[in-house]
Amino acid sequence: MIIAAIVSILITMALAVTRALLGKTVYDRILAVNVFGTKTVLFIAALAFLNGRPDVLDIALAYALINFIGVIAVLRFFEYDGNGATRPEGE
Amino acid sequence: MMALVIDLLSWALILVGGAFGIIGGIGLLRLPDFFSRIHAASVTDSMCAPCIIAGLMLQSGFTLVTVKLLFLVIFLFLTSPTASHALAKAALHGGLEPGEHYDAGKAPGRKR
Amino acid sequence: MDTFVDIVLLAFLAICAISILTLRDLFAMAMMFGLFSLITAGLFTTMDAPDVAFTEAAVGAGISTILILTTLAQTARREAPRPRHNALLPMVVVWITGAVLIYGTADLPAFGDPDAPAHNHVAPHYLQESPAEIGIPNAVAAVLASYRGFDTWGEVLVVFAAVVGVIALIGLRRRPPGVTAGPVAMEQHDVLRVIAKLVVPVILLFGLYVQFHGEYSPGGGFQAGVIFAAAIILYALVFDLDAARKVIPPGWLNRLPAIGALIFGGVGLVTMLLGGDFLDYDYLREDPRAAQQLGILLVEIGVGVTVASSMLVFYFTFAERGRGRRTGNGETGA
Repeated sequence: MIIAAIVSILITMALAVTRALLGKTVYDRILAVNVFGTKTVLFIAALAFLNGRPDVLDIALAYALINFIGVIAVLRFFEYDGNGATRPEGE
Repeated sequence: MMALVIDLLSWALILVGGAFGIIGGIGLLRLPDFFSRIHAASVTDSMCAPCIIAGLMLQSGFTLVTVKLLFLVIFLFLTSPTASHALAKAALHGGLEPGEHYDAGKAPGRKR
Repeated sequence: MDTFVDIVLLAFLAICAISILTLRDLFAMAMMFGLFSLITAGLFTTMDAPDVAFTEAAVGAGISTILILTTLAQTARREAPRPRHNALLPMVVVWITGAVLIYGTADLPAFGDPDAPAHNHVAPHYLQESPAEIGIPNAVAAVLASYRGFDTWGEVLVVFAAVVGVIALIGLRRRPPGVTAGPVAMEQHDVLRVIAKLVVPVILLFGLYVQFHGEYSPGGGFQAGVIFAAAIILYALVFDLDAARKVIPPGWLNRLPAIGALIFGGVGLVTMLLGGDFLDYDYLREDPRAAQQLGILLVEIGVGVTVASSMLVFYFTFAERGRGRRTGNGETGA
C-alpha cells in the first residue's frame, strides 16, 4: 500500500520534471520545481513509513520549509532587481 | 474490527491521494496555459498531500509521528497556496497574460 | 522495490544534470541545481543516511540555490554564447580518464559490504561501544561530535575560513552612500507578507528543535544552523534587507562565526586545562557519560552558531552587493 503511494508519487515527480524541462516560460519551470519539492516531501514521509524509521520525518518537515523559501527566493530575484524596483520584463 | 476499518480507511486515503497526484501531474503537462497549470499544481498540493498524509497518520495511531505529520500538513496547507498565489501575481506583473496566446510561438513572457 | 526507487531517482538525476548543461537560461539552471540537490537528498534517504540527506536538502536545495540566485540577480540572465571549438581532443581525454577511473573502482569492495576494510577498523567499536561510552541514541552524532570531534573541528574552521574569504573579498558594508532607499520589494504581495510573518517563528523554533534533538534523531548543529539562517533569509526576502539586518545587532554578524568556532575550540581547551587531551570530553564531569553528553551539546552549539551566522554573512554580503546597481538603464551606484 505504501508502495502504491511511493509509485504514484514517483510518477507525479516524473510528470513535474517533464514540465520543468519543457516549460515554455520560466514561471512554468518554477511551478514545476515547486511541485517536485512538495512531492519529494511526501516521498520522504512515505519512505520513512516504508522503512519503519519515523525519525526521518524531520527531513520532510525541514524540506517543506526550505522548498517554500526557495520558491520565494526565485520569485523575488526574478521579479525585482537589487533595489526593489520591478525588473523590466524580458530582461 | 476497529483496526480493520482504520486500515481500510488509510488504504483508501493513500490510493485516492496518489490518484489525485497523478491527475495533477497530467494536468501540469497537458493544460495549455500557465495560469491553468497553477490549478493543476494546486490539486496536488491540496488533495494529494493531505490525503496521503492523513492515510499515514491513520497508520501510525496516537504517537508523536502523528503530531509531526499534522504539523507537516498544516505547514503545507499554509505555504503551498501562498507560493502559488505569489507565483501567479509575479507572472501577472511580469507581463504574462492569461489565455492561450503565448503558445503560438511568441517569445516567452512577453505581452501579446 | 529499493532498486526500483534507486533507478528512478538516478534517472531523474541524469536528466537533471543534462538539462543543467544544456539550458542557457541561468535562472532555470539555478532551479535545476536545486532540483539536483533535492534528488540527491532523496537518494541519501533511500540509502538510509538521514543526517546526510537532511544536510543535503537544507544546504544544497535551500541555501545554495538562494546564494546562486542572489549572485545571478547581479549578472546577466542568459549565458553568453560560447565560441565554437573543436571538441574532439577534449572528448577523447575525458573519455579515457573516465574509463580509467571506472576501471579503478572495480577493485573497490562492493557497496555496503560488511567485510570491507572501512567497516572493520574502528566502525564496529564506535557502533558497539557508543551506547556504553556516550549513551546518546543517534550514533551519527556520537561519531561526529565525540569520536571524530577533531574532524568536525576542522569542518567548523573550514566554514569559518570561507566566511573570512567572503568578507575579505566582498566586505559586509552598509548601504552605499548616495543610494536612497528604493521601493521595498514585494510590497504588493500582501498574502505572502502575512504568511511569512507567521512562518518565520515556526522555522526558527524548528531550527532550535533540530539543534537540540540532534542527539536523538537526525539533526545536529549543521542542519540546525542552516535552518535558522533560512528563516532569517526568508524574512530578508519578503521584508527587504534592511529589516533583516536589524535582526542581528550590528557588528555582531561579523563576530558570530568566530564566536561559534571559539566555543568549539574552547571546549577542547577546557578539557586540556582539566588534564586531558584536546576535545577529550571525559574530563568535563565526574561521570564520563554525562561528560561526553555535555561535551557534545556544547560542541554542537558552537557548530550551529558558526553555520547559522556564516550562511547569513554569505547572504547579506551577496545581496548587499546587488544594491546600488540599476539594471537596464545604464546607471550604476556607488
